Amino acid sequence: MADLDKPNDRPLDDAELHLGPEYAVAERDVSEVVSGEIVAGSSLWRDAWRRLLRNKVAVFGMIVVFLLTVSSVIGPAIIKRATGNTYDSIPKDAALLKSFAPFRGAGGKFSWAHPMGTDNTGRDILARVLSGGQISLMVALIATLVSLVIGISYGAIAGYAGGRADDLMMRIVDVLYSLPYVILVIVLLALLPAKTPTAQLAELFFALGAVSWLTMARIVRGQIISLKNQDFVLAARATGVSTPKIIFRHLVPNALGPVIVYATLTIPSVMLSEAFLSFLGLGVRPPRVSWGSLAAEGAQNLAIYPWQLIFPGLTMALMLFSLNFLGDGLRDALDPQTRKE
Amino acid sequence: MLRFIIRRVVVIIPMLFIIVTLTWVLVRLAPGNFYTGEKKLAPAVENNLREKYGLNRPWHVQYRKVLWNMARLDLGNSLKYEGQSVNQILWRTLPVSAALGITAYLIALIVGITMGTLAALKQNSWLDYASMTVAMLGISIPNFVLGPLLVLAFSLTLYWFPPALWNGFPSKSVVLPALTLSAIYVAYIARLTRSGMLEVLRSDYIRTARAKGLTERQVVMRHALRGGLLPVVSFSGPALAFLITGTVVVERVFALPGLGNYFINACFNRDEPLIIGIVAFIAITVLVFNLLVDISYAFIDPRIRY
Repeated sequence: MADLDKPNDRPLDDAELHLGPEYAVAERDVSEVVSGEIVAGSSLWRDAWRRLLRNKVAVFGMIVVFLLTVSSVIGPAIIKRATGNTYDSIPKDAALLKSFAPFRGAGGKFSWAHPMGTDNTGRDILARVLSGGQISLMVALIATLVSLVIGISYGAIAGYAGGRADDLMMRIVDVLYSLPYVILVIVLLALLPAKTPTAQLAELFFALGAVSWLTMARIVRGQIISLKNQDFVLAARATGVSTPKIIFRHLVPNALGPVIVYATLTIPSVMLSEAFLSFLGLGVRPPRVSWGSLAAEGAQNLAIYPWQLIFPGLTMALMLFSLNFLGDGLRDALDPQTRKE
Repeated sequence: MLRFIIRRVVVIIPMLFIIVTLTWVLVRLAPGNFYTGEKKLAPAVENNLREKYGLNRPWHVQYRKVLWNMARLDLGNSLKYEGQSVNQILWRTLPVSAALGITAYLIALIVGITMGTLAALKQNSWLDYASMTVAMLGISIPNFVLGPLLVLAFSLTLYWFPPALWNGFPSKSVVLPALTLSAIYVAYIARLTRSGMLEVLRSDYIRTARAKGLTERQVVMRHALRGGLLPVVSFSGPALAFLITGTVVVERVFALPGLGNYFINACFNRDEPLIIGIVAFIAITVLVFNLLVDISYAFIDPRIRY
């Protein structure tokens, strides 16, 4: 049987290039034909990448996500080098122990020291926003990973096992779906706060990851069910590959497309949940800061020092905005069928 | 259909039991008690308190009391708000949260469906791009940032609406909280409507409707919307759960005397009956609502059978 996914070696004629969007081959850019010869065949991933690059908003999202991530990772160190400010360094001079507006320093004069102003104890908001970004990104990434690991294992096992086991496992997911999770997470975090800020972070990873794997499990299960009766699985079984290996080495990698898309969309939603919990005083605790806890602090001083809310709030909104656009773009790129035309 | 409903109703009871048990275990596991504060209590006082609230009895007696209270729908007395029963607090705070949530959801339905339908009808026009960008903004700006920003603009600068006040339902004080709460639903509903409508508008029955000479208005209002809004209906289930967490934040931002605000305070106060009461109440609401949404599918889409 001809393998439709893998382009063959012979040059494609025009008719094949215009088969329509449902054929991955047709998505190939004409620019790929360089002086009459076809450059190496394009894989699913390469096609997706090209489609992604053609989507302007997704590229915008990708660039912003990249810039914000890089500045959160290295920014605080640079600021410390340049000005000596860190997210929790309180100035020694008593005259500086108050909230300055952006670009204002001692005596209300113009100064480059604090481009986003300072908080009530004179801490640099730029440094705090960037350090907060570190924590917010870390929580979002790790919690998404936790949800990936649980969701993929659960969904893959249910899908591969099929029958009674599948029914039971999916019924459990249905039941868990209808629980008011956030309420239970709030109870958990409010009643059992961890001893140290670091342990609190770990609790947060676990709590957020543990509640966001359900959809992932459903997606993976659906994929596995559609894949498990294909010839390559039969071939693997015939050559004596063990069941866990078939699931995780052969089936899961083939189901990665939708998983990646969903994971990209999980990151902003987890980030939002973290911020929500931190806003309520249940998430990241001082001296650590995250975008959510900074926004909570800022909201309290809104009337007099609006910049304390505006900068962390808008940075976070920009990040979520870009992540969502990137996720949408990835979905369109990896799954041409559901693309909005 | 009837069998389906009965089966789902029967499932609600064990789920409620699990949720209540889980919450109770969490409350019991938590260090400290509702009376632990900055100041250490004298042992005699502490003993009296434990005696009065039955905290010195064996755990199974206490657990049975929780379940018994639940069964006869009397959730006991609050520990922190003295002299008030949990039922009283629920009945006082629920109207606030419900008014807020329903107003917000109505705004979202009206604005979201209009935005989504227009975007779908004028696909790839500036109108489409503009409404989808606005929708993405709505999803991306957290409500606890949007709320204070609205306060800054409309209360502290323009003096149009009160910043943190509750004057009962139809009053100026509802506007800002409801707008804040509705933003994310406007966004979701607009996106769902748009994609639903795009799919439906291409289908054969719409072509038939056009072919038999209906006006565009009739095609959209009578035929397309019915199919195109199915995703919006299925979103109403999860929406309620979101709406509840949303009201928690919005009620805190605007200091409203609603269920969410009391819930967070109860958690911080270790007010056991109030925590369990509110959690159980929210759980029942969510479970029943999900069931109603599932049943409503069958009415909107005759192809669905249970």
